Amino acid sequence: MSVAASTVDATRSGLSDAVVVLRRNTWTLGLLVFLAILLVFTRLIQPTYGPTGIQGLANSVLPLALAATAQAIVVISGGIDLSIGSMMALTSVVAASNMQDQSDQFAVAVVIGVLLLGLLLGAVNGAVIVVTRVPDIVVTLAMAFVWAGCALLVLRTPGGGSAQWLNDLVLGPLGNEWVPKAGVVLVVIIAVIWIPVSRSRLGLSLYAIGSNPLAAFRSGVSVGRTKIFAYMLGGLFAALGGLALTASTGRGTPVPGPYTLLSVAAVVLGGVSLAGGRGGVFGPVIGVVILQLIRTDMTFLKLDPNLATVAQGVILIGVVMLGSLLQQRRSRA
Amino acid sequence: MTTPTTTGVLLEASGISKTYGAVVALRNASLSVRPGEVHALMGANGAGKSTLVKILTGAVRPDSGTISVRGKPRMAHSPADARRGGIVSVYQEPALIPDLDVRSNLRLTETPLHKFRHWLDELGIERLDLGRLVREVPLATQRVIDLARALAIEPDVLMLDEMTAALPANLTEKVLEVIGRQRGGDRSVIFISHRMIEIAAVCDRATVLREGETVGVVDVTPGSEERIVELMLGDTVQSMPAASRAAQDRNGAEPRLVVRDLTAGTKLQGVSFELHPGEVLGVVALEGQGQDELFDILAGADRPSGGELMVDGKAVSFHHPADAIRAGLVYVAADRAEALLPQRSVRENIALPFVTRLRRWGPINLGRESKAVRGAIKTLQIDTRAAREVRRLSGGNQQKVTIARWVAGGVRTMLCFDPTRGIDIRTKNQIYVLLRDLAAEGAAVLIYTSELKEIPLVCDRVIVVFGGRVVGELHAADADEPALLRAAYNLKADALMPEEIAAEVVAEATDSPARETDA
Repeated sequence: MSVAASTVDATRSGLSDAVVVLRRNTWTLGLLVFLAILLVFTRLIQPTYGPTGIQGLANSVLPLALAATAQAIVVISGGIDLSIGSMMALTSVVAASNMQDQSDQFAVAVVIGVLLLGLLLGAVNGAVIVVTRVPDIVVTLAMAFVWAGCALLVLRTPGGGSAQWLNDLVLGPLGNEWVPKAGVVLVVIIAVIWIPVSRSRLGLSLYAIGSNPLAAFRSGVSVGRTKIFAYMLGGLFAALGGLALTASTGRGTPVPGPYTLLSVAAVVLGGVSLAGGRGGVFGPVIGVVILQLIRTDMTFLKLDPNLATVAQGVILIGVVMLGSLLQQRRSRA
Repeated sequence: MTTPTTTGVLLEASGISKTYGAVVALRNASLSVRPGEVHALMGANGAGKSTLVKILTGAVRPDSGTISVRGKPRMAHSPADARRGGIVSVYQEPALIPDLDVRSNLRLTETPLHKFRHWLDELGIERLDLGRLVREVPLATQRVIDLARALAIEPDVLMLDEMTAALPANLTEKVLEVIGRQRGGDRSVIFISHRMIEIAAVCDRATVLREGETVGVVDVTPGSEERIVELMLGDTVQSMPAASRAAQDRNGAEPRLVVRDLTAGTKLQGVSFELHPGEVLGVVALEGQGQDELFDILAGADRPSGGELMVDGKAVSFHHPADAIRAGLVYVAADRAEALLPQRSVRENIALPFVTRLRRWGPINLGRESKAVRGAIKTLQIDTRAAREVRRLSGGNQQKVTIARWVAGGVRTMLCFDPTRGIDIRTKNQIYVLLRDLAAEGAAVLIYTSELKEIPLVCDRVIVVFGGRVVGELHAADADEPALLRAAYNLKADALMPEEIAAEVVAEATDSPARETDA
């Protein structure tokens, strides 16, 4: 009986799996369609928009996309990390100050060290939350000041340097002029880190504690440990974002950019529920591209940059509202 | 895992105690389960069942006591730990992750798929798409999935904590059948249920807890229900001062509230009763028999799916608690946190609904407000030493504040849901005296309380709710604790027979989840 059932399951899966995947990812697909329309629109208002434009877009997207991935992982597990921007600044200046005038080999060691530093920063965030039971938002807000202060202690003004190979890793096209290296790096990083994690039991646990902590606890998931792990992953992606900043600018900047709040915006736009348990990292990454492209279009349209910021906010609310309206209608149907 | 044991005991817990602050949840609980038996764990509300379950499953650590499984000491430190030690539990609320599909949920607990399929089959669910998100699966099916998942792990001890309480009867039947078949093997089941028929149907023995202590172990045989109830009650003599209230003559007086055929999903299945001015009407029910839904509907927090409500002879329908308040139905919750603004003062908390009634816009008439508030504080003897922040008051004083806010506005009908939960004796008595005074002044009071022995102190009349319907009515004079408990377990001869009720529940409960599945 059970054998029969599983074969039925197997034959069905070939056909319906694709449908299920499509149905589960309607939001991400919708975002992709929106992005495509936006690209066409960009080309219409600026016929010269081509490989160079894509290149610039990819470079500006890379650090923010990594920040959004970090945020998405933490939010999926039911938390929120307001220290991502500060962690990026700290890891960026640590990388830049240590790589300046050093050999390529040493730079490799620095990169590895900085990634470990990211894991450590995240572990501190998570451990403080789990041990003290102070809400995530409070702890990470406080840690945002701590990490930002540390960044200024490391490097008082923008400076330092970056290994040439690191710059080459993210700048310029790869083979075809339409394929920016930054985009490839992003895809590779996510494929190598996030995809294996999300398919493991640990990844399931991330979703589990975000979706229903009590049920997760009763299912034998260690809620505290999983939470710390989520923040560690967040720290790792923040460190990657910091490295991306150093690599693309060639130096370290101790003052955090607007990455924290933009990462929250991208997560929301990317279909991750702030209540936890739902969504993935691809939606937020596409969200980042959309947010950046809108900014670019605003400059092409010669709009006041301040107005562009207003427009970004309005679009964010509009898209999310539309999404929840569609969802309501679907669940009612 | 299947090596036969030489000892006759599979799970042994002894001398378990646990206190939460000043509250003693368990003082000397023990439990001994033999291999191959289905063992019932019984006790009235607050006897310590749920604490013992939490300790056995590792969710809570006891202050003292030992637990051993197959002769080896085993104190679980977390549910994961208990699971490794062979103790797996299933609760009324399924421990499934709503945002993951069924397959991922199985992976999370490392459940073998083919065994899961096998047990799901046995439990009567043959077609289940494992790729479906749990959130999209009907709740009743989720409960069965949770059970099949636990069975597939083949634990030494399977603990079922009220898991049948909210199951449609056709599934309950299957579940009981499967549980019954676990008997005689090498493993055992600990079964917790409020339904005596279920206990009688599947259990071999029953351990009875009272006030945190194990007071007896009973072989379950026909007729042992009485013995179990006796043990649950202990030697409570029927010496409660019987209420010396003469039954008032209500001929001609219009009932304040008429409830007719009220239904709400599968939780309420046609509840009817009347509440008269000057009367305190008690509602007696075991946990989860529909009383929560009943009070939510009467307080305007929830809408019924059918039936009629009449206040002072006029049909009403509430869309918001404000509607109920306007109709004179005010609600006192068991959980003070639901009712209070913890950081605000006693005055503001009392004045909150009163203010909204006085005027909708414009400045508050502070003079009038403070007069009413002062009066209410005095009537209720609220200790105002910490009046600036309600959260600093004791639980009893907090509850008095939630009552005072309605007294200040002049109450007509008060709905009290377990108003004395977790409150000290002195305050309890004050609250009961107050409710009697309100009734004497012509107000009507509907009160649900989980503390049966207090019913005769405050009520004129009692209705018994079981399985979402009213199954009996008692007068205060007859409502001593044993009678109430028997009635609550639906063991009373003059009510419907338990089997009949069960049969009806089968008929009615089955169709609505089925509809859910079709959608």
